[in-house]
Amino acid sequence: MLERIVIIWTGYWKMFLGEGLAITLSLSATTVVFGAIIGSALALMKMCRILPVRWIASAYIEVIRGTPMLLQLYFFYFMIPNSFVLTLFGWVHKLMILFGSEVTQRDFVKFMCIAIALIINSSAYVSEVIRSGIQAVDRGQTEASRSLGLSGKQTFFRIVLPQAVKNILPALGNEFVMIIKDTSLASTFFIGDLMSVYNVVRGKTYLVMEPLIVVAAIYLVLTYVLSNLIAAWERRLKKGD
Amino acid sequence: MTDKTPVEYIIETVDLHKSFGNLHVLKGVSERVRPGEVVSIIGPSGGGKSTFLRCLNLLEIPERGHIFIHGVDITKKGVDVNLHRRKMGMVFQLFNVFPHLTVEQNITLAPVLTKKSTEKEAKEAARALLSRVGLYDKLNEKPGRLSGGQKQRLAIVRALAMEPEVMLFDEPTSALDPEMVGEVLDVIRELVHGGMTTVIVTHEMGFAKEVSNRVLFMDDGVIAEEGTPDQIFNNPRNPRTREFLSKVLQ
Ligand SMILES: Nc1ncnc2c1ncn2[C@@H]1O[C@H](COP(=O)(O)OP(=O)(O)O)[C@@H](O)[C@H]1O
Ligand SMILES: [Mg+2]
Repeated sequence: MLERIVIIWTGYWKMFLGEGLAITLSLSATTVVFGAIIGSALALMKMCRILPVRWIASAYIEVIRGTPMLLQLYFFYFMIPNSFVLTLFGWVHKLMILFGSEVTQRDFVKFMCIAIALIINSSAYVSEVIRSGIQAVDRGQTEASRSLGLSGKQTFFRIVLPQAVKNILPALGNEFVMIIKDTSLASTFFIGDLMSVYNVVRGKTYLVMEPLIVVAAIYLVLTYVLSNLIAAWERRLKKGD
Repeated sequence: MTDKTPVEYIIETVDLHKSFGNLHVLKGVSERVRPGEVVSIIGPSGGGKSTFLRCLNLLEIPERGHIFIHGVDITKKGVDVNLHRRKMGMVFQLFNVFPHLTVEQNITLAPVLTKKSTEKEAKEAARALLSRVGLYDKLNEKPGRLSGGQKQRLAIVRALAMEPEVMLFDEPTSALDPEMVGEVLDVIRELVHGGMTTVIVTHEMGFAKEVSNRVLFMDDGVIAEEGTPDQIFNNPRNPRTREFLSKVLQ
């Protein structure tokens, strides 16, 4: 067994790391960045004074959090028209080709549909992370700031947000770790991530367990290292006060 | 109700009412504070003291009644609440210093953001204020490293940096360890002797007696009794005042 694991690793490590891991990481990073941006907007919408705006954000968050991720992947994969992706993101593909990438248009569109689904999913969770990070800031901070004559906006940006960020950033890091694991679901659509590479290697070698153990080890090292980095970072943020 | 009142009063409230849901907390508070006056508010917990104080700078919005500051009704629509609040310093029981800013930044933030002072002026003022309360050497520290008494002194000078006309204190020493109460009261005492108009909610009866021109006994949402410190502490007329004092003074 151990022997075959070593063989799998020496034979396919380039494919696991160069393709699988690279795609898993880029997909996760894209998701967490855009998920955070859209999640921030959603969090602001949910704290908005205008009622319908709050409703829209709440409905979005409820629907996304109340349905399975795999279902959402299927939904967006089949729902988003190719032409839509190409109109909006065709330039990204052209840029990639320009820089020597050999990704076909079809694979690119597939990847983008999955990325959009993951981003939409993540934004709903992240918005709650951001909202609770903001609400965790002591109300006395707002009151002190307002009592000094600062406006609501000044109070939010100068007093509340800087403190909320210290709650939010580590939570976003943890979200990144979650997404790394969640992207494995996208292998259902063969987008070339770690789990997709596993399926390829399994097909080639007719071995089930050994490549699975290799992939598990890669995920484990990745999430372990990231979690520890985040924890160290969190301690540093806390110490700053 | 007329708009203007004689401006010999810096604060005047007229029939102030405030409820939280079904809980009627202020049941018609009418009170006046003259410039330079020091008014203490005492009374049992839950009587509405904090709520009254917080109404004065509209941290709570009263649903009925009026608040005149220098004769201007600030409960009216269209009043710039922020401008008004800049003239009133407020000190809270739990300090509420800004943990992400240094001691100096805690003080300079508001004067600079409200364009009251330039950055340079604000820093000079902050340093002078910090020296005054013995915190100059903490200038660049984060408040997390300060003791409770130091935090509260910082909170006081942070408010003073806006050069307010009135200072509102809501139990400024209640959250402190006993050995730190004195240092904070010293700062307030000095302020009061400097002529600052002050409204202070406190359980420090000795201090209230010493510094106040007037003492209000607040109970169940109304000012149940008011008078000079001598009247309230040595000769209370309302049985509830007597009961309260006998409990806290024993
Ligand atoms: N934001 C609030 N929401 C609901 N109830 C409140 C709020 N603030 C104060 N209260 C209630 O109002 C009453 C008076 O409170 P407060 O003004 O803090 O009294 P005091 O300062 O005299 O102890 C209490 O019963 C308190 O629980
Ligand atoms: Mg109180």
